[in-house]
Order: sequence, then structure tokens, then C-alpha cells
Amino acid sequence: MSKKIVKVNVNGRVLEKAVEPRMLLVHFLREECNLTGAHIGCETSHCGACTVDIDGRSVKSCTHLAVQCEGAEVLTVEGLAKGGVLHAVQQGFYQEHGLQCGFCTPGMLMRAYRLLQENPDPSEEEVRAGMSGNLCRCTGYQNIVKAVLHAAATLRAARAAAA
Amino acid sequence: MNAPKEAGLAERASALQGMGESRLRKEDARFIQGRGNYVDDIRMPGMLHMDIVRSPLAHARIKRINKEQALAIPGVHAVLTAEDLKPLKLHWMPTLAGDVQAVLADEKVHFQMQEVAIVIADDRYIAADAVEAVEVEYEDLPVVIDPYAALAPDAPVLREDLAGKTEGAHGRREHPNHIFTWEAGDAAATEAAFAAAAVTVKARIHYPRVHPCPLETCGCVASFDPVRGELTTYLTSQAPHVVRTVVSLLSGIPESKVRIVSPDIGGGFGNKVGIYPGYVCAIVASIVLGRPVKWIEDRVENISTTAFARDYHMDGEIAATADGRILGLRTHVIADHGAFDACADPTKFPAGLFHICSGSYDIAAAYCQVKGVYTNKAPGGVAYRCSFRVTEAVYLVERMVDILAQKLGLDKAEIRRRNFIRKEQFPYTSPFGFEYDSGDYHTALDKVLAAVDYPALRAEQAATRANPASPTLMGIGLVSFTEVVGAGPSKMCDILGVGMFDSCEIRVHPTGSAIARMGTITQGQGHQTTYAQIIATELGIPSEVIQVEEGDTSTAPYGLGTYGSRSTPVAGAAIALAARKIHAKARKIAAHLLEVGENDLDWEIDRFKVKGDDSRFKTMQDISWAAYHQAPPGLEPGLEAVHYYDPPNFTFPFGIYLCVVDIDRATGETKVRRFLALDDCGTRINPMIIEGQIHGGLTEGFAVAMGQQMPFDAQGNLLGNTLMDYFLPTAVETPKWETDHTVTPSPHHPLGAKGVAESPHVGSIPTFTAAVVDAFAHLGVDNMTMPHNAYRVWQQLRDCGAAL
Repeated sequence: MSKKIVKVNVNGRVLEKAVEPRMLLVHFLREECNLTGAHIGCETSHCGACTVDIDGRSVKSCTHLAVQCEGAEVLTVEGLAKGGVLHAVQQGFYQEHGLQCGFCTPGMLMRAYRLLQENPDPSEEEVRAGMSGNLCRCTGYQNIVKAVLHAAATLRAARAAAA
Repeated sequence: MNAPKEAGLAERASALQGMGESRLRKEDARFIQGRGNYVDDIRMPGMLHMDIVRSPLAHARIKRINKEQALAIPGVHAVLTAEDLKPLKLHWMPTLAGDVQAVLADEKVHFQMQEVAIVIADDRYIAADAVEAVEVEYEDLPVVIDPYAALAPDAPVLREDLAGKTEGAHGRREHPNHIFTWEAGDAAATEAAFAAAAVTVKARIHYPRVHPCPLETCGCVASFDPVRGELTTYLTSQAPHVVRTVVSLLSGIPESKVRIVSPDIGGGFGNKVGIYPGYVCAIVASIVLGRPVKWIEDRVENISTTAFARDYHMDGEIAATADGRILGLRTHVIADHGAFDACADPTKFPAGLFHICSGSYDIAAAYCQVKGVYTNKAPGGVAYRCSFRVTEAVYLVERMVDILAQKLGLDKAEIRRRNFIRKEQFPYTSPFGFEYDSGDYHTALDKVLAAVDYPALRAEQAATRANPASPTLMGIGLVSFTEVVGAGPSKMCDILGVGMFDSCEIRVHPTGSAIARMGTITQGQGHQTTYAQIIATELGIPSEVIQVEEGDTSTAPYGLGTYGSRSTPVAGAAIALAARKIHAKARKIAAHLLEVGENDLDWEIDRFKVKGDDSRFKTMQDISWAAYHQAPPGLEPGLEAVHYYDPPNFTFPFGIYLCVVDIDRATGETKVRRFLALDDCGTRINPMIIEGQIHGGLTEGFAVAMGQQMPFDAQGNLLGNTLMDYFLPTAVETPKWETDHTVTPSPHHPLGAKGVAESPHVGSIPTFTAAVVDAFAHLGVDNMTMPHNAYRVWQQLRDCGAAL
């Protein structure tokens, strides 16, 4: 199959790669970019383990083609921590025991990262609704909800301190 | 005057982060940064990809397989069928249950999605193309889906390969589709109890077929090195050492040249106990092609083929006195095992530990019989987050006790209180011969009833029932459960002849840090965190500097793996006893260094000190250093130990769960208003992790009770094998959980710990059913079949004339 060149900014680095037009973004990230944080759990957009951030939106990369990302900015879980400092959502999941097997975690973190920009001060119910595109089989969500609220508080405090 | 010293002790103890501390997890750093190492993350030079051609039909003869078009696709290296595996004698394989299973379909297919051929290609896209290009011609055969129909005299014979075999792995086979009949208890005594009883009840309790469905599917990367003759396979296994033994036996490669590695595992829940055709095929492909081969299931393959659970049709009966004292329990079960008996149970127990079905009750006489049956469905029968059919057993007894209570007009708490095994009866021998180690059921029940103000809930329910305009029905589910976990004593439990012990090796390094290697494998339970806590408390080494490694058969001592809540009861004990061997040696070294007798020393948190003289002591760090350069004369240098722990008995965790539901009379939707889980798992090692495990187990139980099922049509098509159809609850549907605990240590376990992670699954499922049924109890309903989704509950509303 003939290949197409795709130029995409992944975690702040511009990459240019020749890929088959049918290649899914999640395979592009995992196999072409060696970023194995995004996982494949269902291939049908239900589980959200493959969630990444594209141009400011949460996207399930298992049902998105790599070529659709031409010129886009993609952020994956590997790009969340900056300068060795964990992002507030990562810290929240650690502090609140928001993960067990870890398989859903990268997708959960990327969704939480975007959710807290869409809604910086969510209620518990809003967190549950906002995270409902991501499935977890281990935690029962209770600590994931706590983790997201923990991160929300941290981010609000940081913003208040900066203001 | 002692205060500063006490504070110092508390600080020292706390610095260790030992048992009882809610220590944050050591595993998390890699998972929150995308640095986990799951099997699909593994890439090897020259690696090829395998995909599987599967049968669209549930029962059919294979007339012809044409590989030509697939082989013509650039990048396709091989297409293999049963014919190709035959010369290697690998087209069939033994199962853990004493049956055989086709690795690739041999002349006929026995279930939809059965493995028919494999293709190996440069990448997963080409492999998927090649799967489409393989042509298979089938001739339909009559399909048998109902296990009762399978036993009809004129039923089609499913397993032609077993023709004439009247003796199975578990005794006589009475019918071509019959696998085994297994029984336990005392049939005659039970019959006598029923004959004399004032009251008897009987019900058919169906536990539908479900799937554990961890978020990561199964898969492997097999790499055979033809020069060294060595096979390394990274594989999603809850029992890597057993896999190594089986692979060696099947392939003829010496076990010393087979290395199985379970890397990070994205959830198991029983799905990753079995040895599946895909693994075997990938290994064969790697041997044939001399290159690494990766196989990763997709979700449809996962739900359709690897490891269903349950599918028990149980006829339960209870005999009781007029005031509700249970005299006898009896059950006959038809167990649908699918096309091959590939259940993962200890060898001697084809129905697992189902004979825990007398539950938390003191019942004088009991009997159970389980008949295993072949049908045209996928094989499996794994313990989905439970210990070998304990979930089915608890469901049966809890349903039956509720049915009895309703018949007698007794409150569901009161009937339990009247029949519980009393605290002073432990150790208690059940009518099936289990020796329950410890328990205090009445205290746990009282605690739960007080926490929810049970009388007030019942009063509210009565008021709701009295109001014909109420938009909802209110139900209260109350369940007590006793599990049997920690398999198990090797006198009773083995897998393929290997006793179900587990193991630990600890090495303390010269500078006082340590590594522990284990025969188990974590799948999210947090072993790297909790195991280190045990060692920290036993040896006074900070858990921060204790590494825990599992899953690599080349470095870890042999163990039977992680399932059936056996890690803490079995491996946890191995850790404690290995640590105590080191502790004993450390005492000798300390005595030598301090120039006193061993008996002149006291152990205090992280040091040995001379009795009566706080100023003379040696810390574990001092002792570790000394072990490597000035060990006492006659003592070997070094500070390490290995322990293989063969448990003297199972452990018996228990709990009391209570659930309140409100059912919408217009839509049939069930809202869980409240769920309180009180668990007693004995000694608690990390309360944070225990609570997390309970939340997860309750949520899986909620999924099973309220939505999961694997329905088949008459042609054997599985109706629902994607996450579109198979119910995994989101954060929105999932109830909020309340937890509580009591602590009744196991008297025979070195730490007193019993295991916990499966209790919430086992206990919650009957609780949800009990709550839903209780909402209808005043309308004469005493049982309903799972899953209690809105449509099914609405049908019940309609049938009772209660729908709005």
C-alpha cells in the first residue's frame, strides 16, 4: 500500500513520517513514535485506554487515523510531566490510589487533563460524567474521582497563587 | 518519662512503612508516566505478527482450507492449520482439567470463533488482510447450546474425538456429551434431614455465562533462538511457572531452556490463568520461522474465546424447622463447560471449591452434585475474580436462604442470625469437610445493621409498599458470605501434579537494602508495595529499599501464581517465613557482634538490643554489612533465604454486605441508593490497597449482577462480544461504595492474613440480586435471574402488575 507523509507535533516535537493511510493513530504513536503509553483495550472507542489530546480535544486514538493528524498537535501521557515534575493529574492519581493495573491510566490521565481545562472546578457528578468515556476494571472509579478532584484543587491553588 | 522513647519507637516504626500502613504504591510511578511494560509494548528485532482465522459457525465440519491467496500477499510468511501442526503432535493440547483441546480445529469446529488457522506476517495490518484471504469451506452440523438438551439421548455427539471413551478424567461418562459427575457431602444424611423437616424450599438458580474482560486482552511475544535452543516468551499469565512447565512438556524443550515472563499485566480476574491456543500457536510459529512472533487478541476474540466464567444451572433445596433453623442443604448442578473442559481448577476438583455452598451457616447435613456437560460454546470456566466456583456457591446458598425466609415470613437478617456458625464454634468443620479457620459473623452482622439503621430502612420500605402512588419499589439486600481461598494445601490441591504451594526468595544486600523474588504475579493488586511492607515489619528494613520482583521464571522461585485470592494467604506466608529465617540468622550475627548470647537479645523494630541496655544494639543495617565480611565462625556469609510455603489449610475470609435499591416502576431502572460492604480478611497489610480492591470487586460484582451476560442464539452465535454490547460500567452507572471491616485473624497463617480482593465480587453479586428481588417480595416474587438490567426488571414489573 502506498504511503503518505504525515507531519505532526507529538509532545512538542515535530515528526515527519511516511505511513499507510489506513494506519491508526494509536499504532502510529506506539509503533512509529515508540510512545507506548496509549493502550488498546477495545478497538471500538468504548474503553478510552487510547485517549490522547489532539489540538485541545480528547480523542480516542484507536479510531482515528494517523493521517488525520497532519499539522496537528498531539499530547500523550509521556508529555504530561514537565522537567521531571509530575502534572497535577499524575500526582492526584498517585496520592488517591486512582490506579491498580495501570492499563487504563494513561487514557484516564489524558481525559482528566482535558476535563480540568474544560471545567476547572467540577463537582463529583461532573467528574463522573466527564470521565465516562474511559473504562476501568480495577478501581471502581471511586478513587479516580477523588484523584481528579485532588488534581482540580491543586491546579486551582496554583492558578490562585500565580494571579 | 517514657514519652520521648515511645515517640522515637513510633517514628522508627513509621519510617519502615511496614504492615498496617496505607503506603502509597511503588508501582504507580511507571504507570502514570506511560512507562508500564505490557506485553503489546514489547518489540523484538525481526518480530513478526500472528493473527487467527476463526470459525463463523458453532458446529461444522471443515471441508477444505485454501491458503493460496493469503500466501500470495506480500509480507505474509506462513499460514498454518491443524494439518501443519500434526507432525509436531501440537494440533491438540491437554487442558488443566484433564481433557484435550484443539489448538487449531482438527477436521471440525466446536464453537463459534474457534481457532482454525494462523497467519504470520510482517505487521498486524498485513496479518489481518491475510486472515480475510484464507478460504475455509464448512459443512454445517447441528448445534447444541442448551446443556440440558446436550444430555438428551438423541443429542448430536459434539466430541467425536472422545468416541467410545466412557472413562473421563473425573470418572465415568454416561453420555457422549457428559464430562463428569462430581459430588460431595452426605447424600443419605441429607435425605434424612429433608424427610424429617417441617419446611422445605426448592428453586432453580441460574448463574449466567459471563466473561472477566480485563481491560488488557491476552497475548504473547514468543521468541525461539534456534542457535541456543532457548525459548523466551513474554505472556499475559497469572501463573507463568505453570506455563513454563506446560510449554516444556508440550514442546520437548528442557524446562531449563524455557523462560516465561509475565510483564506488567493489565488486569487478570481469571482471564489470564489458562493456556490458550493463541499462545501455543505463537510459540510454534516462532520455532518454525526462527523469529520472534507477537500475538495480541482483539476484544471480540477475548470475549468470544478466552475464558468465560460461571454458566451454572443450580437446583437448590433447603430443609428447615418451622422457625427457620436450617437442617439440610442439597443442590444438583448442570455445569455448561463448552466444547472442551478447560476449567482452571485444582486437579482433584472439577467443580472447584463449589462445596463451600453451605456458606456461613451451621447446617448439619448437606450434599451437592455437579454434572459437567459439553455444548457448542467456547471453553473456559475460570474463576472470575473468585476462588474456583466460590461465587456460584455463595450465590446459591444466599438465594436459597432468602427464599426460605420469604416462605416463613422471617426477616432476612433474623434468619441469618439464627443459622450463623457461632464464634465459639471455630475452628468449624462444615458438612462438606472444610475446616473454617476463624470467624465472628454475628458481630459483623450487628455492625452493618446498626450502621444503616436497618429497622428504619424496613419501616421506610413498608411505607413505600403501602403507597400505591409510589413511583419506585424499594428493595433491601442483605448477604453474608464465607469464602474459601488461598489454594491450597498440596495434600488436596495440585495443578497437573504440582502442589499449590508458593514461594519467596529474599536477599539482603551488604548495605541493608533487599530484593524479594516471588512465585506470584501482580495484575494490579500492588504486590510490589504490600510484599515489601511485610518484609519491612519482619526485618526492620525500610520498604522503600526493598525491591519486589515477580513473573520472570528465570529469576523467580517456582510458584503457582496469582488467582483465587492466594497471593497473601500463600505467598504472603512464604515471605514472612523466609524473612524469619533471615531474622534468625541476623540474631546470631548480632549476638556475635555484641558478644552476648542470642537469648540476651531483644528485637525492637529494626534492631537487636542487649536486654536491659538500650545503648548496646545492632541495627539490621549493621548486621547486613557484617553478614558479608565478619560472619560468626561456623556461619555461612551472606543474608538470604528461600521459603516454599505449603499451607496447612485454606483461609476463610467473610463479610456482610447490605444494599438498598430503588426501582423505577415506569422504566425498570434500578438505582443503587446505598451499598455497605463489611469485610473481614484477617490481618490487614495495607488498608488503602484493601479498600481499593474492595471498590474494584464491588464494581465487577455490580457489572455481573446488573448487566453482564453472554447470550447465544440457537445457531451458537454469541450475541454481544464487543464493549458495545458487553456491559462494563462507567463512572456514571457505578454506585458509591461504603466500606467497613472487622479483624478476625487466621490462626494458622503466619501473619493472620486471609486474602481480600475477591470477597467483594463474591459477596456483592448475591447482594444486588437480593435487593432487586426484595423490592418485589411483597408481590410474591422470591427469585429473579441475572442480569437485572432495566428491560428484564421492567418485565418483572409488568408481570406483577406493578409497572407504571
